[in-house]
Amino acid sequence: MDFLRPASWEEALAAKAEHPTAVPIAGGTDVMVEINFDHRRPEYLLDLNRVGELGEWEVGESGVRLGASVPYTRIMENLRRELPGLALASHTVASPQIRNRGGVGGNLGTASPAGDAHPALLAAGAEVEAESVRGSRLIPIDDFYTGVKRNALAPDELIRAVHIKKADGPQQFSKVGTRNAMVIAVCAFGLALHPETRTVRTGIGSAAPTPVRARAAEEFLAAALDEGGFWDNGKIITPSVAKQFAALCSAACNPIDDVRGTAGYRRHAVGVMARRALTWTWESYRGAAARTEGVA
Amino acid sequence: MRVSFTVNGRRQEADDVWEGESLLYVLRERLGLPGSKNACEQGECGSCTVRLDGVPVCSCLVAAGQVEGREVVTVEGLADFARRRAEHSGCTTGTCDSGDGEGISLDEAQLGVPPGEAWGRAAKGQDSQTGEGVELSPVQQAFIDAGAVQCGFCTPGLLIAADEMLERTPNPTDADIREALSGNLCRCTGYEKIMDAVRLAAARQSEAV
Repeated sequence: MDFLRPASWEEALAAKAEHPTAVPIAGGTDVMVEINFDHRRPEYLLDLNRVGELGEWEVGESGVRLGASVPYTRIMENLRRELPGLALASHTVASPQIRNRGGVGGNLGTASPAGDAHPALLAAGAEVEAESVRGSRLIPIDDFYTGVKRNALAPDELIRAVHIKKADGPQQFSKVGTRNAMVIAVCAFGLALHPETRTVRTGIGSAAPTPVRARAAEEFLAAALDEGGFWDNGKIITPSVAKQFAALCSAACNPIDDVRGTAGYRRHAVGVMARRALTWTWESYRGAAARTEGVA
Repeated sequence: MRVSFTVNGRRQEADDVWEGESLLYVLRERLGLPGSKNACEQGECGSCTVRLDGVPVCSCLVAAGQVEGREVVTVEGLADFARRRAEHSGCTTGTCDSGDGEGISLDEAQLGVPPGEAWGRAAKGQDSQTGEGVELSPVQQAFIDAGAVQCGFCTPGLLIAADEMLERTPNPTDADIREALSGNLCRCTGYEKIMDAVRLAAARQSEAV
């Protein structure tokens, strides 16, 4: 095994081009587990810790450019307002020690269906900035996950950053596990309301071969909110609408039975989380609307 | 490969390190510092928690090569680390504004403390097995006084995590303590005594100020 230690992003790209099989390591919270257990013996480890810019973020007009290695701890502490869904999801990652090391780039690189960041990224709308010596491209999050632990990266590409839209409405994240800390999601659900476009987006984790959106549920809910004039009148969501939204979210799952839970349980739990997340976000939206408009 | 880094204020070099080796292995097997414990090797248990440039991390998930040039504090150096922090009003990590960014390492390294007695004054001439006569850090003393140590395997990681939490949050709520220690598993005491110990350390710390 060789340990490659590029001092800059350009050097990292050059190293990845020269050794496409090199395994990038940043926080190490996935890669080192595999090495410790002898599940993986990469020919090259490509250490990204010395590329300082990967740990930085920029808040722009409409979005956040989040460096691939920004630790979850930083996201929780600094980006709660801009990226509420991702901040909530970050807080559910493992433990403080892991959150101090791990970041979204690693979650995307591993592309496990159980990665906690994925539902939030899908719901918020994100693009992955991938780069190689050949150039840079933005991969829409919807096209990023290509299979179980597979993603759209080319062998010579590295993830530099993730571009995530700033929240224009309430966002929620929910995750099922046996305790609060150190839990690999049995299943997880993210929801973002987008009042500016009058749309909603979802993300489901650990309930299909890849993280997925519940598109039919999104379309149904957007249409129902529109028809009922809910965005303007801020009324309580009709129980039948919430129920149907939950059913459609369950239907978007394609889960398996495994040690953490059965397929049936996952489908059911995703429906419960969808209904709750909808209630939480909608109550928050109504509350915010009441505050901005003043109470008559 | 060779890895050079600072451990408990002293420059260390480890040779013939395998590229896939963890920081934990280097500490325990190459530098003779078995305080950080090896249990799950997957970041679940927190027994191997150390501070890397001031930040608590699982040393089993840090590749040895990633610590080149960086600063590590293990439980062996905790008492000294806490004492220096108390003396320098909070800054021990080298991440604060004051000083040259090198933290405590250079002066200490240049003193030429012989190996085995490298972990600061507190450990000099003491029995490292029993800790007899060693001046413990407030968190360590509180763990003993509260009876928070049973088999002791989780203790080093808990001490590092608890000490760092008290540095950040001098007056923690129970929720703060639980969250800060949520990555450290104890299979003996059931956490109540551990909670007592951290509360005790916090109370003594606020009395002392």
